[in-house]
Amino acid sequence: MPCPPVSSHPRWLRLTHWLNALAVLVMVTSGWRIYNASPLYDFSFPKGITLGGWLGGALQWHFAAMWFLAVNGLVYLACNLFSGRLKRRFFPVSPKGVLHDFWAALRGKLGHADLNHYNQVQRLAYLFVMVDITLLVLSGLVLWKSVQFPLLRELLWGYEGARHVHFIAMALLVAFVAVHLVMVALVPKTLLAMIVGRKEPI
Amino acid sequence: MKKPIQDAGLDESSILTDARKILAPQIEDRSRRSFLLRGLTLGGVAMLSGCNLTDNDSVETALSAMSRFNDRVQGWLFNPNAMAPTYPASMITRPFPFNAFYGIDEAPTVEEESYRLEVTGLVTDKRTWRLEELRAMAQTEQITRHICVEGWSAIGRWGGVRFSDFLKRVGADTDAKYVGFKCADDYYTSIDMATALHAQTLLTLTYDGAVLPREYGFPMKLRMPTKLGYKNPKHIQAIFVSNTYSGGYWEDQGYNWFGGS
Repeated sequence: MPCPPVSSHPRWLRLTHWLNALAVLVMVTSGWRIYNASPLYDFSFPKGITLGGWLGGALQWHFAAMWFLAVNGLVYLACNLFSGRLKRRFFPVSPKGVLHDFWAALRGKLGHADLNHYNQVQRLAYLFVMVDITLLVLSGLVLWKSVQFPLLRELLWGYEGARHVHFIAMALLVAFVAVHLVMVALVPKTLLAMIVGRKEPI
Repeated sequence: MKKPIQDAGLDESSILTDARKILAPQIEDRSRRSFLLRGLTLGGVAMLSGCNLTDNDSVETALSAMSRFNDRVQGWLFNPNAMAPTYPASMITRPFPFNAFYGIDEAPTVEEESYRLEVTGLVTDKRTWRLEELRAMAQTEQITRHICVEGWSAIGRWGGVRFSDFLKRVGADTDAKYVGFKCADDYYTSIDMATALHAQTLLTLTYDGAVLPREYGFPMKLRMPTKLGYKNPKHIQAIFVSNTYSGGYWEDQGYNWFGGS
């Protein structure tokens, strides 16, 4: 065997996953309160599901949790990259493979027996959420520091453009979380693995 | 003299019914509001800690400490040579929005004749300034984006004296940490010296080529395209240079002190 049996959910992964989940929860709910101060689109978020109480409080939460989101995210990406896990788990991924696995999943023919192996839909979804959170951080940097990051600002269609990018990336992240939670509910052992970890015989 | 109720042809039971009708929705509304307040912030996190997060003193202390930390990071990130983007006149937002912690009718009226700008603190020349003296100094203009802490932004055209010129003219100690402002509308704020000396920081006397109107801060405002709206004081009456942190109207309520880019 090329690879020794390793935990499918090593400790660094579980730790960064749950810290990320908490950071995302705080960022999204405080972000909704900030959005409500001057809605970009034709609706507001119900106040009861927002964090911070008022704009100033929400901004404090947002600008505190952003450090946890960014630093934790960098730790996750670094561990993923240097351990070889990123390459091993998430690649290869191809449009054909994704369609094939998606079709299999719809027919209930996709197995989850081996948690070490991500099917191509999972690979795409997890790679997507990595890119999406990166985009949230980058567009957030433009909103926070539009003068200090001119290149980033121009790439994201200026200050006003970055507001839309930030919002849309948030909406996509929330959509990912919704699907993610449904999938966890369908395959509950993945939740256990993410909490206590498990050794997978290969 | 009050007339007895009976004389007005009213009876007790109909008054009670009416009163109940009026009060019932208010009571209902109030309990709904308190429910919303209690449920404020997100259920999940609130349940984890078993308390209302925003009213929790230690949470508030931690968040304030993070905000101070962010002040330091932002001071360190600030590049004095990075300029805010400028725009063509065709992109000016018309009408430029009025924004303050009060309504447009309550904007203060300052008389030009009696107006004197006070300059105090770590400056060598502590005399007061008349508007015409400021108008006699070298003027510059900018069309920049005003970004509000709420998220919206608008492009405007401001003119006046480069603030760094003014600080040099009054012999300000530019190694001091802060420049503070007191305003005719009881607003107050303070900024870091690096931003005060930024080339686009403008002691603004005009808007769109005309004397700065009352709603935009007559007789003068400090315009900083590198800072959020609440850091840009209007109706300035006094400027002071200091090494003592003096906060600001919104900053003291929780807005970040650095507040900008």
